[in-house]
Amino acid sequence: MVASAAAFARKTLAIADMEVRRLRHDPTELLTRALQPALWLLVFGQVISRGHVVDTGDLPYLDFLVPGILAQSVLFIAIFNGISIIWERDLGIVHKFLASPTPRAALVLGKALGGGVRALIQAVVVVALALLLDVRVRWDPLGLAGAAALILLGAAVFSTFSLIIACLVKTRERFMGIGQVLTMPLFFASNAIYPTSMMPGWLQVISHLNPLTYQVDGLRELLLAGALPPGVGLGVDFAVLASALFVLVLISARLYPNIAR
Amino acid sequence: MSSISMRALTREFGSTRVVDRLDLDIESGEIFGLVGRNGAGKTTTVKMLTTLLPPTSGTALVAGYDIRTQAAQVRRVIGYVPQALSADGELTGYENLLVFARLFDIPRAERRRRIADALAFMELTDAAGRLVRSYSGGMIRRLEIAQSTLHRPRALFLDEPTVGLDPIARHAVWQHIVKLNAEYGTTVALTTHYMDEAEALCDRIAVMHKGAVVAVDTPQGLKARLGPDASLDDVFAHFAGGSPEGDGRYADTATIRTTADRLG
Repeated sequence: MVASAAAFARKTLAIADMEVRRLRHDPTELLTRALQPALWLLVFGQVISRGHVVDTGDLPYLDFLVPGILAQSVLFIAIFNGISIIWERDLGIVHKFLASPTPRAALVLGKALGGGVRALIQAVVVVALALLLDVRVRWDPLGLAGAAALILLGAAVFSTFSLIIACLVKTRERFMGIGQVLTMPLFFASNAIYPTSMMPGWLQVISHLNPLTYQVDGLRELLLAGALPPGVGLGVDFAVLASALFVLVLISARLYPNIAR
Repeated sequence: MSSISMRALTREFGSTRVVDRLDLDIESGEIFGLVGRNGAGKTTTVKMLTTLLPPTSGTALVAGYDIRTQAAQVRRVIGYVPQALSADGELTGYENLLVFARLFDIPRAERRRRIADALAFMELTDAAGRLVRSYSGGMIRRLEIAQSTLHRPRALFLDEPTVGLDPIARHAVWQHIVKLNAEYGTTVALTTHYMDEAEALCDRIAVMHKGAVVAVDTPQGLKARLGPDASLDDVFAHFAGGSPEGDGRYADTATIRTTADRLG
């Protein structure tokens, strides 16, 4: 039992390490990905902030927005993981992994962890932008470590989710379509750019079922120094994301072999 | 002793029977060729033997393990090189081997030496630190074979190992397959639709047509069945012939084209 758990962890890390090595060989992707959050903060954030359109209590709107945009960029990176699995299937890479003695869940989790590392690097960019915009960040080592953990967890949730979609739709073209259809609603039906309290009742319900809401909620608490709007608490945030991940890994480990057939 | 034995191995996709009750025994240490036209069921057979695809009925034993009920054990003792170019172009040759050394549970202390040996065996030592996307097609194939044999598998499955390669690269890949088989006694099961490849490499050949095996013998034996002057191409045309249309699904042809394109 212990030996097989160690082997599982080892193989998960081997897959994640491979993803990180790829990124090291070609880091240009990180730069291009930084553009989107920069636009959201520098353009959208500034405009909405000046117009005082969104009521965020005593917290400046830009402060409120930073964790939301951080979570959004994690979401977009993670959703991209699904398309890479289709690409790897077309190249035969997936087949070779599946024919090796690697537990399916380790393949899924390793890939998710690789997405998490990309997301962490993105987080550094977003926080740097936030500092430029005078957002008051809480410089507490424990808070930062917690935020890093939450980013990894959130990235893993959405990577695994996108892997499930990839296993179901199987072609790049279909995935591109569905990816768009899923990411935007996940983003808008969350508390990322406006508080849940501003939403109509039906949207509030959806927002409470959306894992992204819990990631944003946790990140606000861990990263911001100002007066926060009431949240659900870190315990709930972590618990919701961890349970979502558990269920999604179980489902995707079952579906993953289908992609090679 | 047989290393791979198929017992009424069958696979259907919907109402189409793609592999039809295969009963084949591949002996330990043998290089065995599955030949047939595109769509004859070769790749589907390999996918079943490598546990990627469950059979609809029947089963097979690989190194004594049942592909249906002992898939995890089968995966420990096989190596597999799929038809598409499956080495990761974004990583170096060394890194491609490293990840598989870890997945195959090769102990940390041994990894470095095992990888160095595999690179030397496939004559890739000088290219080990380069990104694989700068490799030639033949080098990629050799790297893939190295990847899939790091753990010294009992049986190695090669799906169309030289599709799209130029003649010189093909001969280099053949040499390495023969050397691997001679030095480590690895059983090799390969699919091909090139008759010169089957003749150069295989101890025995099974001709597949529409999912079934229509003839099994040594290359000499198969030729002798048709007459004193028959070539293996004649054998192929005789057993797997028929109309030029009709065989080969769109997806098979597309994969071969993509592979050939990537090889330049």
